[in-house]
Amino acid sequence: MNAYFAGRELIDEEIPTLPDEHIATRPAIHMDNGQPRCRRCNNTTNFSSHHCARCSQLCLYCRHCIQMGKISSCTILYRWIGPPPKHPENAGTMHWTGTLSDGQRIASSNVERAIVHLNEHLVWAVAGAGKTEVLFHGISSALAAGKRVCIAAPRADVVRELAPRLAGVFPDTPPAALYGGSPNLHTYSPLVITTTHQLYRFYHAFNVMIVDEVDAFPYTFNSSLQFAVQKARKPDSALIYLTATPNTDWQAEVKSGKREATIIPARYHRHPLPMPKTKWCGNWKKSLLPSAVHSWVKTKLDAGSRLLLFYPHIDTMEKALPLFKEIDPRIESVHAADPLRKEKVEAMRRREIPALLSTTILERGVTFPGIDVAVIGAEDAVFTESALVQIAGRAGRSAGWPTGDIVFFHYGKTNAMMKAIRQIKEMNRLGIERGLIDG
Amino acid sequence: MKQCLLCENETEMESWLPFFGAKAPVLCPRCLGKLEKITGPSCRWCSRPMEEDGLCLECREWGESLFAGNISLYSYNDAMKELIARFKYRGDYALAAIFAEDVRRAAKEAACDLICAVPLPPSRLFERRFNQSEALIEAAGLSSIPLIGRMESEKQSKKSRLERINSEQTFYPVGDAGGKSVLVIDDIYTTGATIRRVAEALGEAGASTVKSVTIARSGA
Ligand SMILES: [Zn+2]
Ligand SMILES: [Zn+2]
Ligand SMILES: [Zn+2]
Ligand SMILES: [Zn+2]
Repeated sequence: MNAYFAGRELIDEEIPTLPDEHIATRPAIHMDNGQPRCRRCNNTTNFSSHHCARCSQLCLYCRHCIQMGKISSCTILYRWIGPPPKHPENAGTMHWTGTLSDGQRIASSNVERAIVHLNEHLVWAVAGAGKTEVLFHGISSALAAGKRVCIAAPRADVVRELAPRLAGVFPDTPPAALYGGSPNLHTYSPLVITTTHQLYRFYHAFNVMIVDEVDAFPYTFNSSLQFAVQKARKPDSALIYLTATPNTDWQAEVKSGKREATIIPARYHRHPLPMPKTKWCGNWKKSLLPSAVHSWVKTKLDAGSRLLLFYPHIDTMEKALPLFKEIDPRIESVHAADPLRKEKVEAMRRREIPALLSTTILERGVTFPGIDVAVIGAEDAVFTESALVQIAGRAGRSAGWPTGDIVFFHYGKTNAMMKAIRQIKEMNRLGIERGLIDG
Repeated sequence: MKQCLLCENETEMESWLPFFGAKAPVLCPRCLGKLEKITGPSCRWCSRPMEEDGLCLECREWGESLFAGNISLYSYNDAMKELIARFKYRGDYALAAIFAEDVRRAAKEAACDLICAVPLPPSRLFERRFNQSEALIEAAGLSSIPLIGRMESEKQSKKSRLERINSEQTFYPVGDAGGKSVLVIDDIYTTGATIRRVAEALGEAGASTVKSVTIARSGA
């Protein structure tokens, strides 16, 4: 038996040789009161049909998950129900010499407790708090107990970034990093780091399910991701959520005590989060580079600052770029589909670019020490409360440069702007109250 | 509002669309905009874009036969490559609807007596669950007649260009075309080797002339 089959539910094209025994099957499309439902992705609305050369009938197929291999009415899903593969000796032995901050330590022990007791737990950690380290002890004890652990991340680049870090901490249990095109797609490991898409291929596999950056999943934490998470975890399993900025519903649930959560309100370096300011800048769609922004940028650059400037849409950003280049020709812009995205981000890191214009793609993940941040057109609908909190979270990340200016340039204040500022203020208040912030 | 067949966006009924013979659009303007119609002068046998109308060098080499020419509707650009891969290899049958109007109109202009699909080798058909050529014909609301069959063969796409041109005939006649003209509809025209084999087999089945309509024209 191929070990990778264990915990997965696959179509025959995905299984090189089907074992003779210990196999459970079920039809991939299930009729529910006359309505079809895909058992891999839970789609109930996006089907098509054609006369099928395999089953000689009019045969439905799921259009939602077709990129992962076609699921038709005549498709069978197979899963392994034999003895589970053996885990490596020393699974879960932690090779990590770092220390946890006071805030991290509380979260870490709450996560570990939830993992041991198979509970649900939310870790709400501000940008720069160090949320990954909070998982290490819990993962370690789960792996040591012979359990399987999964971390689901919103994007392939997050998976690629997490995998080597965890491989360093758990060298005896190298994680399988799963994303489209990954070399690990057919690897079995007790520790799995995966995109949502790859999660669809698992069935009741994990004793511990960790969902990283819940707020960042496309279209937020949508129902098909919920489905994938529920299908991939064992009925008796722990469920851990990580986020820097939960949605409004979850914030309310945390406040009312309905949702078990640990808040880490302060950064690892114990300095408060820099507070965003708001500044009216007139109709930026017309002026592209409003004079308020122009003078802020000029003053900052003259003082030797480096800047991250967010625009809501590619078209206005691209139109504004030539105006920025008049201030300094080295200024560049990036967006999601930019083929030079990586190169530009690297050039910004090497300090070859004094200011980088960006759409919301750089709102999370990317850090540049000692930058100032501005949002142009902060009232635009793409700048939700959580997007603005994430953007503000880019400033003051390094211990050597824990402060930074954040300005929301706007043409009319929005609720999202005010809520984002209130959320950051509240985190700083909590941090001081709990003694997690110095001075 | 309808959802685009290729992305999450909604389709819009633009005022100019009815001129293209569209009912409700199946693609959003953005996805539609990525597909390039072949317009301007082209080879009258194979639809290769050229400086002026006429016969391209390659078609001159093929010489006269009962194959009376191919019309390709779109260039095989990146968007079309992706679309055809999803349609044919991923098996997203619904995408045939994108070309329904185009195929219907081109078939009408070709004015042949019969329409025939390009058969797949049996094992390939089983693997893919449907034949893309039949899907295009069905989606256009046309009906085809089985005039030829196809033997098992090695994968065409693994062969070099020369091997493909020299490859053995795998099509054989199964019906009677009775001296009529036959239109063949398929997804891609590459070297013309496949369509010429098809034409040859159709000739054996009694076709007087053979034309083809293909969605995309690949090759320089
Ligand atoms: Zn599906
Ligand atoms: Zn079928
Ligand atoms: Zn579209
Ligand atoms: Zn030609």
